[in-house]
Amino acid sequence: MFEFQFFVEVLVGGLLSGVMYSLVAIGFVLIYKTSGVLNFAQGAMLLFAALTFVSLVERGVPFWFAIGATLVVMVALGVAVERVVLRPLVNQSPMTLFMATLGLSYVIEGVAQLLWGTQVHGLDLGIDDVPFEVGGVLISQFDLFAAATAGALVAGFALFFRHTRTGLAFRAVADDQFAALAVGLRLSRVWAAVWTAAGTVALVAGLLWGARLGVQYSLSLVVLKALPVLMLGGFDSVAGAIVGGLLIGAIEKLAEIYVGPLFGGGIEAWAAYVVALTFLLLRPSGLFGHKLVERV
Amino acid sequence: MTTLARSAVSRGITPGRVGLVAMLIAAYGLVPFVGSDYVLDALLTPFLALALAALGLNLLTGYAGLVSLGSSAFLAVGAYAAFNCNVRLQELPLLASIVAAGLVAAAVGIVFGLPSLRLRGFYLAVSTLAAQFFVQWALTKFGWFSNNNPSGVIDAPALTLSGLTFSSAVGRYVVSLTVVVVATLLAARLLRSQVGRNFIALRDHEIAAKVIGVPLLRTKLLAFGVSSFLIGIAGVLWAFAYLRTVEPAGFNLDRSFEILFIIIIGGPASIRGAFLGAAFMVVLPLLLSRLGAALLGDVFDSGVLEMSQRIVIGALIAGILIAEPRGLISLVDRLADRIRHRLSRPLRNPTQP
Repeated sequence: MFEFQFFVEVLVGGLLSGVMYSLVAIGFVLIYKTSGVLNFAQGAMLLFAALTFVSLVERGVPFWFAIGATLVVMVALGVAVERVVLRPLVNQSPMTLFMATLGLSYVIEGVAQLLWGTQVHGLDLGIDDVPFEVGGVLISQFDLFAAATAGALVAGFALFFRHTRTGLAFRAVADDQFAALAVGLRLSRVWAAVWTAAGTVALVAGLLWGARLGVQYSLSLVVLKALPVLMLGGFDSVAGAIVGGLLIGAIEKLAEIYVGPLFGGGIEAWAAYVVALTFLLLRPSGLFGHKLVERV
Repeated sequence: MTTLARSAVSRGITPGRVGLVAMLIAAYGLVPFVGSDYVLDALLTPFLALALAALGLNLLTGYAGLVSLGSSAFLAVGAYAAFNCNVRLQELPLLASIVAAGLVAAAVGIVFGLPSLRLRGFYLAVSTLAAQFFVQWALTKFGWFSNNNPSGVIDAPALTLSGLTFSSAVGRYVVSLTVVVVATLLAARLLRSQVGRNFIALRDHEIAAKVIGVPLLRTKLLAFGVSSFLIGIAGVLWAFAYLRTVEPAGFNLDRSFEILFIIIIGGPASIRGAFLGAAFMVVLPLLLSRLGAALLGDVFDSGVLEMSQRIVIGALIAGILIAEPRGLISLVDRLADRIRHRLSRPLRNPTQP
């Protein structure tokens, strides 16, 4: 019986930490869906947002004002990326765009740290990380808050995609870029909006991850945690990002506890990739990803 | 398509070959005598190792179109395999260790290349990260690989070839140069064969390639194998000739990106591009630190240098992809064409003043 309770505790902990991965993954999905770009710079954006926010707060700017200011910065970043990097690369292969975002991530990381320094900042969102008990299982309050935030974010995006003009434009562009252009949608505007949305997600994820890990360079490495989530869920599905995150989080923790000792521990670094990979061998475009149809 | 035209078999004396021979003569006959230990040790040897690694990745990514983000894993496999050959099979000559290391890296590469049979594009690119994390973890975790060093650090043995020891800066340079030249010539030969054509066909259109009879399975695995073989050998040079003491943490994701950046900067699907890009990557930090120190003085410390280096490299990658997707090498080619054109014009019209 004790064994089972422990299992549940690991499982719940894994699921909740998986939500944190989903938060990062959603930012990727937004951009991938509408422009077919795997935006490697999402982690750098997350770092940039968190670092900007923390530095503002440390300089005495009030909490909500700092959030507003960071949001403005992220919007400016999104618009700038569209104008400087994406617009000249319209019609290039997705791989070229991916490599451009790789370069972009270097630039953003460099600028963020040059601007705000490389030291570790603590970030307190005012949420106690005190675990409480539900039916004998310990649950972290912070994780629960993160899960609620992710849920709100997904619900918000779902409503946005369904009921606003911009959301409709997003879906049109995601569906068929040329058709969207033909009916008069301004691609550049849609992309700038998408990058802004991704920047907002980066801010939310950056704050939560920053509160957990401290705001520092390694924050941008959470990308590497989000990538297997994307592989598993499919690059172009918000639902996939959530389900994939939950699965990866749970599997990672369970594997570390139950399989890890066989290998001497520390398998968390690659277990997620191996799981995602094995799964992909069976379903090459993830759980919810669109099937790729190719013609000569 | 241009790649095909360019790599078409040309026989006899061409300007390219004359240049190559001249460079080889200079590299063997001049550099070892003129170059200071610093230049040989800190610039030329890492340049050679990186160029070979970039060439290996270029075979896979530039020619065959399969993007890999885990190349430094194969550097590590090569380095550790050669180290183990050396420790455990002491009668094995150095040359055999190097080849064996390449073969081990190739085998590991083929295993991690297996997903390419099912996955495409980003799914494949991300899956190569598995190699990156798994190899780094395994080398740190299992003491056997590093002969039971607690943190996985290995010390390279002295480079000895048939009784001669090449442990000086010049010696290590000459060994690296020889290995790189031989490997490059073999790779160039391979790319001109049917296999090389298959790589390009695969990159340009996988399904079309399949339709005209390119064996996809063999071609993909061969691309992973040959690429990892070359990167593995580069890893041996990196560990034995350049750093001489390496740890698994040195073969991290940043190193993989560095190699990828070399081929983007130099020019994808170009052997010379790999060398040009590697030279650029080695010289850039040096230039930046000189420039920064001259412009900003004391403000420009090592932290600022590292950050500005990231910014410059990142901006350069984006800039090159936008302005010159075929890399610096195409700039060089255009410049050479212009000069040749200028030189040949008076010959063609001797009557004109």
